[in-house]
Amino acid sequence: MSLVTATIRRDLLLAARNPGEWLNPLMFFLMVAALFPLAVDPDPTFLSKIAGGVIWVAALLATLLSLDALYKADVDDGSLEQWLASGESLYAMSLGKALVHWCISGLPLTLMAPVLGLMLALPEDAYWALILSLAVGTPVLSLLGAVGAALTAGVRSGGLLLSLLILPLYIPVLIFAASAVYHAGIGMAWNGQIGFLGAMLALALCLTPFASAAALKLNLSR
Amino acid sequence: MSDALCFGGGVKTQLIAVVVMWQWLKQLYHRLGSPKWFYEITTGWIPWLAVLSVVGTVVGLVMGLLYAPADYLQGNSFRIIYIHVPAALLAQSAFMMMAVAGAVYLIWRMKMAAWVAKVIAPVGASFCLIALLTGAIWGKPTWGTWWVWDARLTSMLLLLFLYFGVMALQQAMESEDSAYRAGAILSLVGLVNIPIIKYSVEWWNTLHQPATLKLTEKPSMHPDMLIPLLIMIVTTYVFFALLIILRTRNEILWHERKRSWVKQILES
Repeated sequence: MSLVTATIRRDLLLAARNPGEWLNPLMFFLMVAALFPLAVDPDPTFLSKIAGGVIWVAALLATLLSLDALYKADVDDGSLEQWLASGESLYAMSLGKALVHWCISGLPLTLMAPVLGLMLALPEDAYWALILSLAVGTPVLSLLGAVGAALTAGVRSGGLLLSLLILPLYIPVLIFAASAVYHAGIGMAWNGQIGFLGAMLALALCLTPFASAAALKLNLSR
Repeated sequence: MSDALCFGGGVKTQLIAVVVMWQWLKQLYHRLGSPKWFYEITTGWIPWLAVLSVVGTVVGLVMGLLYAPADYLQGNSFRIIYIHVPAALLAQSAFMMMAVAGAVYLIWRMKMAAWVAKVIAPVGASFCLIALLTGAIWGKPTWGTWWVWDARLTSMLLLLFLYFGVMALQQAMESEDSAYRAGAILSLVGLVNIPIIKYSVEWWNTLHQPATLKLTEKPSMHPDMLIPLLIMIVTTYVFFALLIILRTRNEILWHERKRSWVKQILES
């Protein structure tokens, strides 16, 4: 078994045995979305208009919350040095880490989102758009976020810094995803937006592991 | 036959020219890598750049503020364009320069490039802020509000956030080398993202007037308005070059403070 698959297996196993790791962001996701009706307006006609955007903002924040820990343990316990010494491709390694992160954050968020849609009076036509946009969009969030996580892995209290670095990069995903859900809700075509999200995913899959790999090597020099 | 020979000769001279130019570029590159060479050669440039930026600013502003005709729609309020457009252009190209300098450091480990990338960040962020502020001031009489969620305003705001991110990351790093490298990686990621951000927000919402200047099209402005604008743009770039050179020289002095040539300069 190669080092990459072994690491993926180990990380998934760790997440399974320590459910807080993926449950906490999920609960955060629920709570943030619940704040909007409380703070703004619980009227269903109003909520149905903002539901897609609110769910997406909550998903984005929940993803950020779980990113901080992505490389921290590996830097602290020396696994990172072992990867670098092993000669295994760091590109594949960072791709694998982003994949694991998506499995424990983006995937549960995607599965959970319809429940939130119900609570926020999401229009019936918009459910597929919501699920599809999350399924295509959250991997982009994980991939871009992994770059930030690798950059801040060795920084003390890097969590806030990570959000500062990564949030501006998340804007295009947010725009296209929220617009897909909104347009589906008012009965307009939304396949173009999903297409753009797919293009971003393809680009992020190809390019972000390079940046992650370069950023991981930084953690050795300190 | 003779035609063929001539042609062959032409290719040969072209080849030689290319090789000579390549050698010259390589030499320039190696020289640029030497802090001492950079410091010495720029000493003579500073007064020229300073005079040029002062004269350019005075001429451009006097022409723009006093002599250019008022806009038929926006009246005199359009005159803020002479600050707004150069600042906005510079903020965008400064990010590009920062990313390129960062890439040079990542690939060839040229210290000079790291220092240049480091000193560009706050300057670029300042110009970005100037563009946003002048845009807000311009928006009040034109659109009736200080801020709208318009595409270009938003993408400038996001550019400012990217600058802040690079600066915050550089400050958070403990070792200098990792600060430079982390900043370089983030600015490269940002550079790839800038067009995506730009087009996505443009697609999302547009209220801003279309770009005043496009390289590919004949300008839609009257020459009396255009010439001061061009003067201001060139002057802003000169001023930027001056700032970057001054700040890079400071970095050189600080990092090379233990070298004998710096000690000599500091003593004299």
